Amino acid sequence: MENLVQTAMQNVNFAAIMPSLVLACFGMVLLLINAFSRRGATAHVALISLVALLTSGYTAVMGWNNPQAGFAGHAVLDNYAIFFTIIFLIAAGLTILMSDSYLKREGYPVGEYYTLIVFSTVGAMLMASGTDLMTIFLGLEVLSVSLYVLAGFFRGQLRSNEAGLKYFLLGAFSTGFLLYGMALIYGVSGTTNLVDIGAFFAASPAAATNPVAIAGMLLMSTGFLFKIAIAPFHMWAPDVYEGSPTPITAFMSAGPKAAAFAALLRIFLVSLGSMEGTWSSMLWVLAVLTMITGNFLALNQDNLKRMLAYSSIAHAGYALVGLVAANEIGISGVLFYMLAYTFMNIGAFAVLVLVGKQGEENLTLQGFAGFGYKRPLLAVLMTICLFSLMGIPPSAGFSGKFFIFAGALDAGYVWLAILGVLNSAVSLYYYLRVMVFMYFKDPEEDFEWIQLKPGATICIVLSVIAVLYMGIVPSGVMSLARQALF
Amino acid sequence: MEYLQLFFFYLVALVAIVAGFCVISCKNPINSAISLVMTFFCLAIFYVMLHAPFMAAIQIMVYAGAIMVLIIFVMMLLNQGAEVIARYRHAVIGAFVAAALMMVQIIVLIKQGAVSATVGPISSDVIETVGHTELIGQALFTDFLLPFEIASILLLVAIVGAVVLAKREV
Repeated sequence: MENLVQTAMQNVNFAAIMPSLVLACFGMVLLLINAFSRRGATAHVALISLVALLTSGYTAVMGWNNPQAGFAGHAVLDNYAIFFTIIFLIAAGLTILMSDSYLKREGYPVGEYYTLIVFSTVGAMLMASGTDLMTIFLGLEVLSVSLYVLAGFFRGQLRSNEAGLKYFLLGAFSTGFLLYGMALIYGVSGTTNLVDIGAFFAASPAAATNPVAIAGMLLMSTGFLFKIAIAPFHMWAPDVYEGSPTPITAFMSAGPKAAAFAALLRIFLVSLGSMEGTWSSMLWVLAVLTMITGNFLALNQDNLKRMLAYSSIAHAGYALVGLVAANEIGISGVLFYMLAYTFMNIGAFAVLVLVGKQGEENLTLQGFAGFGYKRPLLAVLMTICLFSLMGIPPSAGFSGKFFIFAGALDAGYVWLAILGVLNSAVSLYYYLRVMVFMYFKDPEEDFEWIQLKPGATICIVLSVIAVLYMGIVPSGVMSLARQALF
Repeated sequence: MEYLQLFFFYLVALVAIVAGFCVISCKNPINSAISLVMTFFCLAIFYVMLHAPFMAAIQIMVYAGAIMVLIIFVMMLLNQGAEVIARYRHAVIGAFVAAALMMVQIIVLIKQGAVSATVGPISSDVIETVGHTELIGQALFTDFLLPFEIASILLLVAIVGAVVLAKREV
């Protein structure tokens, strides 16, 4: 018994999970604060959750270039995990910034909203720093369960109910696939540790063609690709994104997507590297399919939230190109792109939060008619976000796409890069359409003056500054992304 | 002794298959649900025969208990009639074809010997000397300490979420 306690304590290394540990503790404190707060008062909860995110981010940054492993190979805080941790924290922080006024407007000022965002960030961080299938799976579940609730958070709205239920049912189903895949990989290799699985496949090359291993790999990627909304597992995304509260849609399209990418990259590159021939050809097809599906379905959308949902499918396709390339520039390009996408997408969604009216109204293109005259500065910020989403220099979106497609060319995937660029060209149409409405259409008669809310405005300004910085001086973030590779 | 065990296995397997057939053929969904419980119990018996008594207990508690309640709850919630069944009739054929193909494929692969697995240090002898539950407990509190703790966060989030979504006044 003594022995057991000793071995258990030897495994413990809090430094390896410090950021998520700090955030989880703050999350529990937030729950208590909610319990003792006046009903309807949420501003202080939002503020404390921002402090929590900053503290967690500080502990993460302090660990840069000083990798810590612990818990018997279950978690590691290396540069890779830290890079993704920062992405999740930024996504959560920007989301919280735009949420307060929005929740008041929609009539759901409930503090648990912030607690759930904090906990979902904890889950995402555990996915990025998990080096064991078990840890990654549980991290994914913490993330997903929080998101199921957040998607259906507006209990009185049918669309929000639909979003929550749909996401829950399909998500639970996809979790089954993921878990089955993990079980099969465990059956073949005899371990759930990512490094050990990698060592197993390196030691016995025949195992890479074992049908059970291939089935496990396929099922596992199905689970992750569902979360990223890669075609043909994207069906849930438009409905869920449209029905969820707008800030949650912004968060879902940035944070969890990056988390699933973090886990997928680590599993594929560390554990299943010897199966690269199998998975890269599969992902090649899926990347092309995803880019085409997302972009072409977005062409015909009048609702901006739904349009951005389809565009987020397409963007996941671009990022997948980097994983297909699987070389240094491609993978660091994915890291860069995830950060860039977080800023540009959340920036655009924050504008939607300001423009929208109570009951999620006014989110159609018509609602943006004449926006450029009524709020010129805000329209310029929105334009910069849209330019970045299109991938036009000098914006973060351009640099990200540049790195990813350069990686694809480097790895010899010329056609994939060409198809990616062609798809970007298609996406110009639906992004430019928004601008046409903003600048070339007359406003409607009953155009209401848009109130600038401090939180959302700060969120937009921060996002645009980051988008421009990463577009004009991409080398700074890119060198960090390179250092983050394992 | 060997024969007795074999006979017992086939007996339980027969019950499991018959119950499984009842699950999909019963007209009344509640009868299907009860047949499903029967299948779960048979699976639990298999776990006992495989020297995994802890799994058997968990199987009964989680599946025959919690999951079953969930399934019946969903049935009551989505009280869909014959029209839905008719809509998915063509899918049933597809499912049968897919299942048959899958079975053929698995049998061929196993016959060829293409399927292999890694055997870990915990064999059935070790389980019989140390004890199944004890081994799981040791693993949970040493090697799998972190996932065990994350699971508690997961449960907390689930409880908070349930309250947020279901409470009359938040």
